[in-house]
Amino acid sequence: MARPKIPRKSTNIDMTAMCDVAFLLLTFFILATEFKPEQAVAVTTPTSVQKDPVPPEEGVLVSISPDGKVFLNIQNPERRQAVLEDLNKRKSLGMSDAEIAKANALPFFGAPVTQLKSSLSVPADKYISASFPGIPAKDSANNEVTEWMQSVVAAYKGEKMNLLLKGDMNSKYPYFKNVITAFKKNNLMKFQMVTNPENVPTGTELFLTPRKKT
Amino acid sequence: MAEMDVSSGGHKKGPGVKKSKKLSTRVDLTPMVDLGFLLITFFIFTTTMSQPTAMKLNLPKDVDNPDEQNEAKESGALTILLGGDNHVFYYEGKLSSDGSNFRSSSFSGDSSIRDVIIRKKKEVIRIHQHTSSCAEIWAKNGNNENSCKDRDLVVVIKPGEESTYKNVVDILDEMAINVIQRYALVDISPGEVQLISATEAANPAKK
Repeated sequence: MARPKIPRKSTNIDMTAMCDVAFLLLTFFILATEFKPEQAVAVTTPTSVQKDPVPPEEGVLVSISPDGKVFLNIQNPERRQAVLEDLNKRKSLGMSDAEIAKANALPFFGAPVTQLKSSLSVPADKYISASFPGIPAKDSANNEVTEWMQSVVAAYKGEKMNLLLKGDMNSKYPYFKNVITAFKKNNLMKFQMVTNPENVPTGTELFLTPRKKT
Repeated sequence: MAEMDVSSGGHKKGPGVKKSKKLSTRVDLTPMVDLGFLLITFFIFTTTMSQPTAMKLNLPKDVDNPDEQNEAKESGALTILLGGDNHVFYYEGKLSSDGSNFRSSSFSGDSSIRDVIIRKKKEVIRIHQHTSSCAEIWAKNGNNENSCKDRDLVVVIKPGEESTYKNVVDILDEMAINVIQRYALVDISPGEVQLISATEAANPAKK
């Protein structure tokens, strides 16, 4: 029986098309990517089912690091200036105008009020959250977050303020409690907690009922 | 095809011209494809697709005078206690003096705190008695009966010293998931701390 003749086919596949697709996708991802903004304080936020994004306006961000250090970040430079001036006057820190301007350029505040002046001498590349003790908030007797928030309230003069709280998943509750106590003392009753989105569990009431617009 | 036509278009060379060797211009593109996909993978993994969301929390004003504090109905009160290591405990109504209604729960799995909340909410709706103030709320919400039935349900959240921020956010999230209208964040009392540590000591392996 004669064997049917199988035509010999080349095993070379043309890779050009695949290469085109790969680079097209690559270009898309490069262009569509927004890199994570540089965080002064490394914080892993917990997840929640909330849908509203963090408001894009400038605000006041209070971060709680995993080991319970509290850091403050006022995004608006003018407000920051006002906060520093107010704090300098109230706590008589004796900072000169030049020193205040220097403090204004800092990415965040994370030292006890009395050490604010000495923290100015820290070089910029060493100015990371790990090298600071954080704003004292451990016990209610010495809660300096209250002092900072008092200055913040003074700087905003009753205007609408975006108060954000960004806590780390593993930070303990007492720190969070002391921070909200500081908010409460300054009549800051509304704030927002930064979380990562997560899906609503199926079958729950929120899942079944349409969400109310807030 | 990744090759170029290098033939000189039918032009015949003279007899003295040396025939140059025809090199293949085919390039193997496989490594380039590999590189392309490697970079794509890198970009996919480094991209943050999701924007952070914000959870709104409104704090109540501290009331010094105990007479002005809101009283919760005992039948509708559910107290959730958060311990260390993601432990959750709860009791309904008032904590009995011997701690017999003190129960332990968890964030996930069987008899999770979500099931407890759902059951409690159903129970409150079942025993709900219609009042005139309830009718007002109905009228406000377009005669929606359900808008008032769960009014008596008050969830009191008491995070302990050892609980983490994540636990607190998770439990506040449960309030959103189960649409609980009234809940409060309250400081834990020493008696409850003792109960938690006693329970944790009794069954340390329980997660």
